[in-house]
Amino acid sequence: MITLEHVSKAYKAGIPALNDVSLHIDKGEFVFVVGDSGSGKSTLIKLLLKELEPTEGKIIINGKSLGAIKRKQIPKFRRNVGVVFQDFRLLKDRDVYENIAFAQRVIATPTKKIKRRVPVMLSMVGLAAKYKSYPRQLSGGEQQRVAIARALVNEPKILLADEPTGNLDNHNAWDIMKLLDEINQRGTTVLVVTHNLEIVKAMKKRVITMKKGVVVSDERMGDDDAV
Amino acid sequence: MRFSTFVYTFKQGVKNIWRNKIFSLASIATMSACIFLFGLFYAVVMNFQNIVKEVESGVAVTVFFEEGIGAERIEEIGDIISKRTEVADMRYVSADEAWEEFGEIYFEGAEDMVEGFETDNPLAESSHYEIYLNDVSQQSNLVTYLESVEGVREVRSSDLAANVLTDFNRLIGYVSVGIILILLCVAIFLISNTVTTGISVRREEIAIMKLIGATDYFVRSPFIVEGILIGLIGSALPLVLLYFMYSRLIVYVADKFIWLSNMLHFLPVNEVFKTLVPVALILGVGIGFLGSRLTIRKHLNV
Repeated sequence: MITLEHVSKAYKAGIPALNDVSLHIDKGEFVFVVGDSGSGKSTLIKLLLKELEPTEGKIIINGKSLGAIKRKQIPKFRRNVGVVFQDFRLLKDRDVYENIAFAQRVIATPTKKIKRRVPVMLSMVGLAAKYKSYPRQLSGGEQQRVAIARALVNEPKILLADEPTGNLDNHNAWDIMKLLDEINQRGTTVLVVTHNLEIVKAMKKRVITMKKGVVVSDERMGDDDAV
Repeated sequence: MRFSTFVYTFKQGVKNIWRNKIFSLASIATMSACIFLFGLFYAVVMNFQNIVKEVESGVAVTVFFEEGIGAERIEEIGDIISKRTEVADMRYVSADEAWEEFGEIYFEGAEDMVEGFETDNPLAESSHYEIYLNDVSQQSNLVTYLESVEGVREVRSSDLAANVLTDFNRLIGYVSVGIILILLCVAIFLISNTVTTGISVRREEIAIMKLIGATDYFVRSPFIVEGILIGLIGSALPLVLLYFMYSRLIVYVADKFIWLSNMLHFLPVNEVFKTLVPVALILGVGIGFLGSRLTIRKHLNV
């Protein structure tokens, strides 16, 4: 589903943010990417979204090399990759319903389909009763649920989450991780970049550890494993 | 584009204007001022051109014939002249008519003196053609040609009048183009500023749109709608104002300055506005479109 072949990315300063990274994530997997600040986690997400181009190497998603995707084809590619951020990135002037519907509007989904699909997503993330609330009226956890609903409303095959629990307390962080796990159980491939090692340990999933742009370990966590 | 997407885009364009109230109002106001000035200038130029045309229609070239020329040849010359493209109208004035006209002008109140010359017309060789031109700038061409026609003794024309009118027309043309260009630049700059502010306010939203797969077209469209709407409103308002001002002005001048309205004939309001309305609206919408399009290209990397 996701393959990186000897991928490097250097910014203008010259220090590589990613250095010769190769990895493969299968369809339906749940993968954590952990590492300190500056380890290259965010660069990895940006490369997977084709926000950045690798300096070297090849990235293949859903069987297609990102290098072969032309600028005009990027929007279509991104519709198959949902994304969630630490700071939620909701539209503050729109209510919960409109924030989720927005993701469908931008891809010209018919209004009838939007009206059918949004309530389903609201139920899935447990916010059916709050569809008229504005982001400022929601807790951090609730805002992140809206962001997840928005990321999934177009039924992408992959969900990328960049520090999705970074702004949340422990209780809400757990709720969000459980939700991501449920989403994964339904067949979506999930890649979560996080600092929260406590959750990573408890979730017992595949963990890729990065340090200074290099993958230093890639292991499936068992009961006795530690990160 | 789906109808629902069109409606959504249009709504977003209107919302952009609303969110960005102060800048939008400033843009509409300045656009209105520009189109108002343009309209005012246009109305003045149209009236000037009308006056110039009226004066032009009075400028004639006079062709005198060689002594002893027969009536047949005079008629032939008339045919030759009437076929020229420069000629709008022409009139044959016989020697008797010429003497009559002369008498009316110079012997007013002493007509009996004219009668004394009944059998001996002092202007016996003064039969001529009076030629009126389509465009006075072509006068010198026609005069050169007429001088070469056999049987023509003298061609009289007022080069000064023709040159002044031609120069004046050209000046009006240059000034019009200059003013329109300045107004265009000012208006485009202002629309561009408004759209730039709109983009900076919505930068986060644009980034989100791009990340969830919005096409460039979808991202750009609301800003284009915003620019076009500002242009449309900004051109419609001054047109309404100008319409009432112009129609009132004509009535006022006709009422209060009868001497002026005898000299100058103002064009009727419909005559001016039948061209001004589409031109100003197209200009407004065009400026709005261009201003937003250029800004999007510059500030929106989509």
